[in-house]
Amino acid sequence: MFGLNRKDATLLAIVAALIVFAPFILNPFPAESGWAQFNAGYPDLMQRFVIFGIFAIGFNILFGLTGYLSFGHAAFLGVGSYAAVWMFKLLSMNVIPAIILAVITAGLFALVIGYVSLRRSGIYFSILTLAFAQMSFALAYSVLTPITGGETGLQLALDDPRILDAAAAGGNIPVPSLFGMEMRDSVDLTFGAWVFTFNFGYYFCGLVMLIAFYLSIRIFRSPFGMMLRAVKSNQQRLNYTGLNPRPYTLAAFVISGMYAGLAGGLMASMDPLAGAERMFWTASGEVVLMTILGGVGTLIGPVLGAGMIKYMENIISKINSDILHTWFAFLPDGLEDVVVGLIYPFIGKGWHLTLGIVFMLVVIFLPGGLVQGGQKIAAVFRRRSANAGGAEAEAAKQNPAE
Amino acid sequence: MGILEVKNVNKRFGGLQALGDVNLSVAENSCHAIIGPNGAGKSTLLNCLVGKLIPDTGSVLFKGESVLGRTPFEINQMGISRVFQTPEIFGDLTVIENMMIPCFARRDGVFALHGIRSVASEGELRDQAEQMLEDVNMLDKRNMHSASMSRGDKRRLEMAMCLVQKPQLLLLDEPTAGMARADTNNTIDLLKEIKDKRNITIAIIEHDMHVVFSLAERITVLAQGTPLVEDTPENIKGHPKVKEAYLGEAA
Repeated sequence: MFGLNRKDATLLAIVAALIVFAPFILNPFPAESGWAQFNAGYPDLMQRFVIFGIFAIGFNILFGLTGYLSFGHAAFLGVGSYAAVWMFKLLSMNVIPAIILAVITAGLFALVIGYVSLRRSGIYFSILTLAFAQMSFALAYSVLTPITGGETGLQLALDDPRILDAAAAGGNIPVPSLFGMEMRDSVDLTFGAWVFTFNFGYYFCGLVMLIAFYLSIRIFRSPFGMMLRAVKSNQQRLNYTGLNPRPYTLAAFVISGMYAGLAGGLMASMDPLAGAERMFWTASGEVVLMTILGGVGTLIGPVLGAGMIKYMENIISKINSDILHTWFAFLPDGLEDVVVGLIYPFIGKGWHLTLGIVFMLVVIFLPGGLVQGGQKIAAVFRRRSANAGGAEAEAAKQNPAE
Repeated sequence: MGILEVKNVNKRFGGLQALGDVNLSVAENSCHAIIGPNGAGKSTLLNCLVGKLIPDTGSVLFKGESVLGRTPFEINQMGISRVFQTPEIFGDLTVIENMMIPCFARRDGVFALHGIRSVASEGELRDQAEQMLEDVNMLDKRNMHSASMSRGDKRRLEMAMCLVQKPQLLLLDEPTAGMARADTNNTIDLLKEIKDKRNITIAIIEHDMHVVFSLAERITVLAQGTPLVEDTPENIKGHPKVKEAYLGEAA
């Protein structure tokens, strides 16, 4: 199907199903219950899941295949965001031209940074990319204020030219749309105590992520993908086999930069403002964490990692001490305070601590990330069912008369 | 004129004269061995041929064209393949993938962006790769992770990767170093077959005299960076200068 083998087609179908049914899957608890705060099925967060999924898929093409660890990928995301917002300001509120410009700008930016940075490998490459990204951040924050909006960020204004659809704007700042369908449009479906929200923007991002995921499968299975793995494995041999590693790594860098630009463009399409903090080095570090947490070099790993980190960032950080107290209200007073005191550092603003612990556990026990965890669980089940099958066969042998 | 002509090559590392006025001519379709004690400059010479090092003076001509200043991948595309002292293969890839990469290099040149087409659809290249694996008796290992193979198998794979490119000149850097006798004999048979059936010129650096005398038609003896003698194996065997170089003045 679509030029994929069976296994990859199944994976694509699973991802498609997850995207389509996410509003249900992420909202398992009734809206009024105490557990509702663990529901992640609201549009804003679901959009972030898929957008960062795209970012991580692209990052994985570079890091997973070639082993070049870029520490400045957020720069491309930021550039994509700025490009998209400028398109909204100047041309039209339609997201298509905005996203196209975001991808192209990020690609060009990646071409320049990659051309310089890829002269070195290993830690020096990481440091070079980090330096470029921090430089971009600093420029966007200060010198380039006319283009980037500086500290306040780049925002839409009523008097923006918007050449194509200025006439349509009334007294309000228009919102991004796809041929008239606004990104913020939502439909609520109430089902007993449950409320499911279907947001147009989310499904648009989901469709884009599905395409991005499909392309990444094709790249992984292509001769180009094989060459990238060869770069990671042994550059010396590649050189002496008549292949130049440089254009291969540069192409991978540009492609993954374009993925980041796509993510940035989508981010601006969901919420039309862009700030320099999107380029900050912590944002670059986050995508590294997502990829490693999910599984470097696997197809679906980065998507899982992105989902996990964004879930923790948004859900765990919302828990506060009052909520903890209601949870542990059944305990005797003194004990309740102790338990709440123990858990408190890990919630709210301390969600980074929880993330750190989860990350450490994954790296130590599952170096292949969440995907490896899934494989281990699957292997246990397979062994168990094989054993069960074996036992039945044994029993059948012993009682042939039956 | 030979397929490979090395003329007056000098190479200095700081105060050490690694190569001094080396002249070498390798005739087409022959097997030329370069021997010499440790530190004689054999590997330095080889590195000058493949673009890893650039000699200070002198010239290196392959089929009448200079290779100096070209990168290793350009020199490889001219028709020179190299086998390393310790096998250099793509350890993270399977055996068949290892074999397909040189097939791609031969067909598409130094760079080609085939990002959408799948590897599985490249039937013709796969056939080439499998044919070569069969020739070196490794077809049954094609789906193995290449890093998990024995050293002898890695060496054979590396040689197969070089051969599938159909090079005109094959450079071997101690291809039997650290091998068991049986593996060494297999390698000798393989190399003999390469020479006889595939019309490939071979230049070999080797310590094992058994290998050298079973294969070589010409032998150059290097000592302290300069060629001592160049002759047929029969004449080299009893040559007093060679004995002296290997065993010291006392002999």
